[in-house]
Amino acid sequence: MRVEAKVLLGLGLFFGLMCAVYWNWSLENAGGVMMFAGMLLCFLPGSYYYWWSRRMRARPEDDPNATQGQGAGFVGTFPGTSIWPFTLGMGAFFVVLALVFGIWFLVPGLGLVVWALLGGTAEGRRGGKY
Amino acid sequence: MTDLLDPPVQLPPVPPAHEAIEEHGHDEHHGPTGILKWITTTDHKVIGLSYTITSVIMLVIGGAFAEILRAQLATPNGTLVSFAQYNELFTMHGSVMIYLFAGPFAFGALANIMVPIQIGAPDMAFPRLNALSYWLYLTGAITMLSGFFTAGGAANFGWVAYAPLSNSVNTPGAGADLWIGGLLLTGFSAIFTGVNLCATIFYLRAPGMTMFRMPIFTWNMLVTAILILLAFPVLTAGLIMLYCDRHFGTHIFSVQGGGVPVLWQHIFWFWGHPEVYILALPFFGMATEILAVFSRKPVFGYKGMVFATLSIAALSLGVWAHHMFTTGVVLLPFFSIMSLLIAVPTGIKIFNWIGTMWRGEIWFSTAMLMAIGFVVTFLIGGLTGIYLASPPLDFFTHDTYFVVAHFHSVVMALVLAGMGALYYWGPKITGYLLNERIGKLQFWFLFIGTQVFTFPLYILGLEGMPRRVAVYPHDPQWKFLNDLSTFGAVLIGVSTILFVVNVAVSWKRYPAGDNPWDAQTLEWFTTSPPPHHNFYRLPQIRSERPTWDYNHPEHRSLGHGTHPEEHHDEVSSS
Ligand code: HEM
Ligand SMILES: [Cu+2]
Repeated sequence: MRVEAKVLLGLGLFFGLMCAVYWNWSLENAGGVMMFAGMLLCFLPGSYYYWWSRRMRARPEDDPNATQGQGAGFVGTFPGTSIWPFTLGMGAFFVVLALVFGIWFLVPGLGLVVWALLGGTAEGRRGGKY
Repeated sequence: MTDLLDPPVQLPPVPPAHEAIEEHGHDEHHGPTGILKWITTTDHKVIGLSYTITSVIMLVIGGAFAEILRAQLATPNGTLVSFAQYNELFTMHGSVMIYLFAGPFAFGALANIMVPIQIGAPDMAFPRLNALSYWLYLTGAITMLSGFFTAGGAANFGWVAYAPLSNSVNTPGAGADLWIGGLLLTGFSAIFTGVNLCATIFYLRAPGMTMFRMPIFTWNMLVTAILILLAFPVLTAGLIMLYCDRHFGTHIFSVQGGGVPVLWQHIFWFWGHPEVYILALPFFGMATEILAVFSRKPVFGYKGMVFATLSIAALSLGVWAHHMFTTGVVLLPFFSIMSLLIAVPTGIKIFNWIGTMWRGEIWFSTAMLMAIGFVVTFLIGGLTGIYLASPPLDFFTHDTYFVVAHFHSVVMALVLAGMGALYYWGPKITGYLLNERIGKLQFWFLFIGTQVFTFPLYILGLEGMPRRVAVYPHDPQWKFLNDLSTFGAVLIGVSTILFVVNVAVSWKRYPAGDNPWDAQTLEWFTTSPPPHHNFYRLPQIRSERPTWDYNHPEHRSLGHGTHPEEHHDEVSSS
């Protein structure tokens, strides 16, 4: 976990420095704000990883001498097939078409989105099918 | 040798390994088939394949637009298309190539398939989110392209949609809104893929696959994913503002209402320049893998490569306004210095690519030729980019064909690397090799075509020919240079046709076997194509070349000290 944290914290630190120099020198706000947000976006997950990396033992993937046996067992649930991403995608499609062709496209659009969210959540609880 | 192979990993859905190999064919999986399989799959390899096919179709569509543009410019007063159509075509050419081909081809297609396999993971971290990414990409592409079927035609404000040209007075009509909508969809698709890649690389690596043992391609995809997460939300926000200006009467980008047109450029390029690296880094990674494998050596300066990638990412957030030098309102010295600094890590990379080939046992396969072609072409694009980073030179060349030539050297280098990756990884994905003779022919057409296409444009640019024009003054030299460029474009077109022909000719013809190139990284350890959830067993991972170590115990990367010529950076852990 430690390298992961360092990558993000390092990038965030650099963005912070760059932002300080740029903002003070140019007094231009749009870029300054965006750079500052970029820094935060790195610090947020970076500090979370760092916090954890100090409180947990090295995972097998962080251990240069790990054997494959150490990784055996449960990795996670991977749903084999699911219709909900497609449903959600089509819903998003219709929502975007509503931006162009008129508000009534929102009816199928939001309908599909809500249906997919409900269906997908329920499927997630059941653990999906393989 | 057996000490390198542990008992099979038990990834949940894979039945005990060995029976599985015998009982089923390679990719067999109990589930829906046919179109329903395509619609409901969450397997990263199937999704990645859909991405591959869709994005290559986008390359062909974008390429067809380009050929029409070049045909129009073959004569000074071309009449093939009207001015309005020319505007639509260059806009959609740029948009299709950048938004719908290069990015999705890199992170949706190849990274999606290869990153989990390269690190020994059973799938992406969020398989259903991965499927959603594809549907958003596909519908986004359809949305953007459908502009051609509306009364007013497709978007025509350039792929950068500068305000105030892109407002509702100057560009009314559905085409522009479809462009915005399509970008919203593909933007979210990219963000979700970025999330997925980060989570996969952080949490699903196989035991022993420490960060500094990941293949360079995976490293580059991690950095790309971080850049996606930093950059794309800015674009999405900008597009929503643009839409509000067009339809809800806000004045964010219009002077009349107290807005600031140049704010759009700040927002667009704050996404746009990192996007350049979002496009480039994956292809750097592909080329790195290919160069190492076909030089039969480890990557030269592995850690230097990783740090170069990270510093490119770090700097890329501070250079956006080099696209805005001529607006007169940006801090020239800051952006010039930052842009020039990027040349340093990029130079390190070029140096390392050459170092990787240096005194290697080079095997000039199609993939290798493409990768070498990439290095050469990218060097040309990179060097001309250094000129443009200098404001006085940019004032002179901005909005001329010099810029078009510069970025086409870069993007055509990416196409070369991408083609190389298809020849290199295609056999892993499909189980079949492509024909090498047609492949080499394709390479020469693509490589020579690229140079013939771009070189005249450099000269035309320096002589002042503006970009985005459908006609130009009668001048024998300009006509000659434009004809030459069009000829180069035709050669590139032929190369694309040769690729399609090659796929047809080689269809299920040349079985590849698991490791046709005697390659180094983990994806070559599993079967071609890999089974559902990717691995029946994994080798012990003790270096960044686990497959090589397993196949060449006498030349293991892990035997530090025993083989001085194999000695490279000490691999370290977190
Ligand atoms: C088949 C090879 C290609 C040819 C012949 C070609 C040709 C052209 C031409 C003629 C233009 C318009 C120049 C103008 O009128 O200003 C153009 C613009 C552009 N091309 Fe390409 N191109 C090719 C490949 C690519 C690729 C692979 C990419 C990106 C991945 C790309 C990205 C762009 C962009 C972003 C623009 C600018 C569009 C604009 O001005 O808004 N091109 N290209
Ligand atoms: Cu840039």
